[in-house]
Amino acid sequence: MGEYILEIAYLIASVLYIYGLKMMSGPKTARNGNLWAASGMFIAIIATIFLYTDGSGNHLTNLPWIGGGIAIGTILGYMMAKKVQMTDMPQMVSLFNGMGGACAAIIGIIEFPHYVHDPNASFLILLTIFAGLVIGSTSFAGSMVAFLKLNGNLKKDIRLPFYNVLNTGLIIAAVGLTICLAGGHIHSNIELWVYILLGLSLSYGVLFVLPIGGADMPVVISLLNSFTGMAAAFGGFLYGNMAMLTGGILVGSAGTILTVVMCKGMNRSLTAVIFGAFGTGGKDVVAGGGDGTQKSYKQTNPSDLAVLLNYSSKVIIVPGYGLAVAQAQHVVNEMENLLTSRGVEVKYAIHPVAGRMPGHMNVLLAESNVEYDKLVEMEDINPEFATCDVVLVLGANDVVNPAAKEDPASPIFGMPILTVEDAAHTVINKRSMNVGYAGIDNDLFYRDKSSMLFGDAKKVLTELVSELKGL
Amino acid sequence: MEQILAFVYENMDMVYIVILSIILGIEVIESVPAVLHTPLMSGANAIHGVVVVGAIIVMGTASPDNYIALTLGFLAVILGTVNVVGGFVVTDRMLDMFKKKPAKKD
Repeated sequence: MGEYILEIAYLIASVLYIYGLKMMSGPKTARNGNLWAASGMFIAIIATIFLYTDGSGNHLTNLPWIGGGIAIGTILGYMMAKKVQMTDMPQMVSLFNGMGGACAAIIGIIEFPHYVHDPNASFLILLTIFAGLVIGSTSFAGSMVAFLKLNGNLKKDIRLPFYNVLNTGLIIAAVGLTICLAGGHIHSNIELWVYILLGLSLSYGVLFVLPIGGADMPVVISLLNSFTGMAAAFGGFLYGNMAMLTGGILVGSAGTILTVVMCKGMNRSLTAVIFGAFGTGGKDVVAGGGDGTQKSYKQTNPSDLAVLLNYSSKVIIVPGYGLAVAQAQHVVNEMENLLTSRGVEVKYAIHPVAGRMPGHMNVLLAESNVEYDKLVEMEDINPEFATCDVVLVLGANDVVNPAAKEDPASPIFGMPILTVEDAAHTVINKRSMNVGYAGIDNDLFYRDKSSMLFGDAKKVLTELVSELKGL
Repeated sequence: MEQILAFVYENMDMVYIVILSIILGIEVIESVPAVLHTPLMSGANAIHGVVVVGAIIVMGTASPDNYIALTLGFLAVILGTVNVVGGFVVTDRMLDMFKKKPAKKD
């Protein structure tokens, strides 16, 4: 009786994931969708604890331990999720993803001794266990490196010599060893070889993410996300567990598509992200011109800018990660309201990868109550730059770099950008002339129509708002 | 080869589920506006936390004197739960911000 209810509970849980994920694809229904998916998960977990029986009809034991683990995990997860700043969201997602990957890997570590010595265990069952272990641990190690990089603990894009050879070698070794182990070709020291396999997978995860440049990080996180989904699905196969299988596969395929969509947004191919040299090609470029000559730029100040903005009829704001880091989104909203009250049309131009992840900037601006309709996506706003008086670039750099359109030698060539150079005036707020996340110089800063406004976005904008009020 | 075909045949229902789930995952994501990519990635991230179900099974079937399995399983349950709870709470926080703005308008 119990096992029938368990299977039906899994069915309900699976439907809830799918329904929840579907609802999450519309801004109005998204929040409820998340709750539906969460309730599906709740049902799956509770049903497993109380209704799961093994082949001989025994219920789960060690319930106090399980309950304790869930309690600790719930408190930890809840606190981490509540405490995190919205700007730190990408690394948080990466961290959670790594934990899921580690969970999948540990399942493999515990389960393999039960199967490797069993002559009846089929090749495919063993393959499922080792695949879960390899993918889970790769995802774990990769996510941790991504977390450290996004969190700023690990600044450099380290590229070992013969990087591609080394990485390809690691993959071949891991896949080969997996097949040998699953095929029963290794008869002695099986445990040792499994731990070697684990070591290979962890090293691959580290080496895979280590050289990838900052701008490509969202793609990597999304890819690792789908990896963990696959690892969960392998677990589902192993236990014949439908909730794990559907949940895992769903995330695996959705994550892969999301990765492809993100790549398209940046006009990068997935292979270029993994094997390419983004963020390393321009490593030696020093701001101000790598050819030795110091290029000149104009500088402006808040009071001049206030006058300029006040007498404009249309202003477009290009928010970037710098704005988010300075926590200036609320001041921007205040400035926008002030300008709107004086009859200036204000819009926000949102690049698909503004911030650190697609849609990240929308989340940040929504946090400070900027109206949804004022956030205009790239394709729709680009024709409008020519008709606008002032473009205010706040802490964005690579997404407004004209080199992406004009310089085929640039590492970001081909990436769609916001064509801010079409506007009558472009004012760029940055803390200094340092290069952006992709590590390349931006010709926009040296153009005739451009002027620089140096300083912390929040400080400068606060001054700007008080200047505007005084006009 | 025959082994693989036999496996597919014996697990036909699983194979159907895998293929249909892949198609579903693709269909569901493709229509999503870029605005929602971050929350969606985070929501999907929480869903793969379902791997915690596997960790619960591992722990619940481990013999009480197998301390290595118990310790590792305990760790896996914690990690999996953090993935699930943290993932859903963070997603909810993000999406909550989108919900606020219509109320803010006059």
